[in-house]
Amino acid sequence: MSEVQILTMAEMAAAGKEPEILFWVGCAGSFDERAQRITRDICKILNHVGISFAVLGTEESCTGDPAKRAGNEFLFQMQAMMNIQVLDVYNTKKIVTGCPHCFNTIKNEYPGLGGNYEVIHHTQLIQQLIDEGRLKAEGGESFKGRRITYHDPCYLGRGNDVYEAPRKALEILDADLVEMKRCRSNGLCCGAGGAQMFKEPEKGTKDINIERMEDILESKATIVAAACPFCMTMLRDGVKGKDKEQEIQVLDVAEITVRVNGL
Amino acid sequence: MIGQIIFIIILAAAIWLFSKNVGKIRRNILLGRDTDRSDNPGERWKTMALVALGQSKMVKRPFAAVMHLFIYVGFVIINIEVLEILVDGVFGSHRVFSHPLGGLYGLLIGGFEILAVLVLVACVTFLIRRNIGKLKRFSGVEMTAWPKSDANYILIIEILLMTAFLTMNAADHKLQLLNFGHYIKAGNFPVSDLLGPLLPDRASALEMIERGCWWFHIIGILAFLNYLPYSKHFHILLAFPNVYYSNLNPKGKFTNMASVTNEVKAMLDPSFVPEPAEVSRFGAKDVTDLTWKNLMEAYTCTECGRCTSVCPANQTGKLLSPRKIMMDTRDRITEIGKGIDQNGKDFKDDKTLLDNYITREELWACTTCNACVDACPVNINPLEIITEMRRYVVMEESQAPASLNNMFGNVENNGAPWKYSAADRLNWKEES
Ligand code: SF4
Ligand code: SF4
Repeated sequence: MSEVQILTMAEMAAAGKEPEILFWVGCAGSFDERAQRITRDICKILNHVGISFAVLGTEESCTGDPAKRAGNEFLFQMQAMMNIQVLDVYNTKKIVTGCPHCFNTIKNEYPGLGGNYEVIHHTQLIQQLIDEGRLKAEGGESFKGRRITYHDPCYLGRGNDVYEAPRKALEILDADLVEMKRCRSNGLCCGAGGAQMFKEPEKGTKDINIERMEDILESKATIVAAACPFCMTMLRDGVKGKDKEQEIQVLDVAEITVRVNGL
Repeated sequence: MIGQIIFIIILAAAIWLFSKNVGKIRRNILLGRDTDRSDNPGERWKTMALVALGQSKMVKRPFAAVMHLFIYVGFVIINIEVLEILVDGVFGSHRVFSHPLGGLYGLLIGGFEILAVLVLVACVTFLIRRNIGKLKRFSGVEMTAWPKSDANYILIIEILLMTAFLTMNAADHKLQLLNFGHYIKAGNFPVSDLLGPLLPDRASALEMIERGCWWFHIIGILAFLNYLPYSKHFHILLAFPNVYYSNLNPKGKFTNMASVTNEVKAMLDPSFVPEPAEVSRFGAKDVTDLTWKNLMEAYTCTECGRCTSVCPANQTGKLLSPRKIMMDTRDRITEIGKGIDQNGKDFKDDKTLLDNYITREELWACTTCNACVDACPVNINPLEIITEMRRYVVMEESQAPASLNNMFGNVENNGAPWKYSAADRLNWKEES
């Protein structure tokens, strides 16, 4: 990581500069060990294509998504307004997020509270870079012929109709792409959304991520591409639960992009 | 003459009763809170044309889509014929459109007959599918006796109506061939012609059959019309306004509660003076805390179960069923409506949607994935009701599950749902 420069907005501002884009890391991306790797990979991509970016660092706080979806609108709006204040101090215009929940909340729910930014998810950024020819699939690990399936995060797909961007990022891999029987708008939730991540599931016959695992097994994919840190956790637990750690890998679209480009 | 008078009395009574019941549903819907859905009329008309008129969300299940299309198109087009029956009934005429329409009339009748057969096929298929084919979508805790028989009644009534229509035409056609009375030669009867051999040859008997079926058909239709307000079949009317008033925002966007915004602004900035707003409850405990749109959706629900069949919570055996959320909401607002009818405007009882109808276990099982919202063929949003009720439980009662309270505490104190220090937020930069 030493070669990747990661500056905070505060550091940028102190140097009298404004970055092109603010990278909103999110709580999972900041604290969850597995998601931290994705965070670093997103930085590598930004760095590789030469986009000037910065993070908020210790000034970032939870967007309020889990609070809002659990019904705590007070806490959500407190978080939102404090975050908006910080973002506005730095004159933020464009934000890329590493998490569909942050993406959805800042893009859709912050404007009503005075926070207006152009918000994109990291898979959309990757797609744009591919479209512009700034990002290719060369120089690194080959995915040729490997069977990859993609799991749609609810807050990216159904929530915001982003279905193509992550697929586009995988299409350039020359891999064997397969869809699960439940995909796109019909995709099955990983079980983490709506604050479920932070509580025990209600009683039922099985956990949702195990149900999803069955779709994955049926697809016979050896790599499951994810685009959300929560999906990542749930899918990995599913893989563990089915004792398939040797056969099936769960990788974020950003990680795959980093690997194929040898970053 | 006597026939005409009886007909007009029946017609007037049917229309009066129907408007009265529709009026009640309208009143019940308006017991909901206000919400503004008047923006963007262009987009709204377009959505209505696509989703309600064009049935665009039905195609996900092609078999059901085709069968439903038969019934839908049949219903819409056969109404031209119903119009003729109404005119004939009021003025004592017979096939009044046959003269002015000439050749076109024959084509129309031919078309109606074919549609009638398609409707019959679809209804019989649906009956078999519901009662013999063990489709999971049609069972479930909320599909108790009434919703099950409601669906069957609708199908049986439609079968009877179509059979009466074809028998009436068959008898009519035979009478035409006999040059009997006022039964003038009118058009093609491609399907009912085939039924001819099953009917007697005597003109008087044929006339009795024709008249009998005519009255049965039209009284049946008027009775059916008055059955609608009590049935899920009411969707044939409400689907259109309901889709028109759809949520046009991205599905992931939840409403920001304005009342909360005021309080939060005042907390963050003591100099902020909020506009005086009416103090209402945070979230929904009962149906009257929901918006009129939520209530309109409850009356629009067709109980098709597409929402429930894609719900991840439901599929993994949890108690939650988005269809039940909609049916409970409708049952509860209907109950309040009845109370108002009997006891006046200020009627109150000691029941609420929360707990008496929908349990907390159901509410907490939802992952807010929007699968139900996406699946609904008439753009109903069960998730909004779930969220509103969670808001009540959390903000008014402080009764969130303990683990969620922990999460709230962490967000409030550490700025993250986990118990990590905000100072460690950039630690990811160093590791690996
Ligand atoms: S949003 Fe909730 S109720 Fe609807 S399908 Fe998803 S989990 Fe089920
Ligand atoms: S809410 Fe929609 S999908 Fe669910 S049962 Fe009612 S009509 Fe069907």
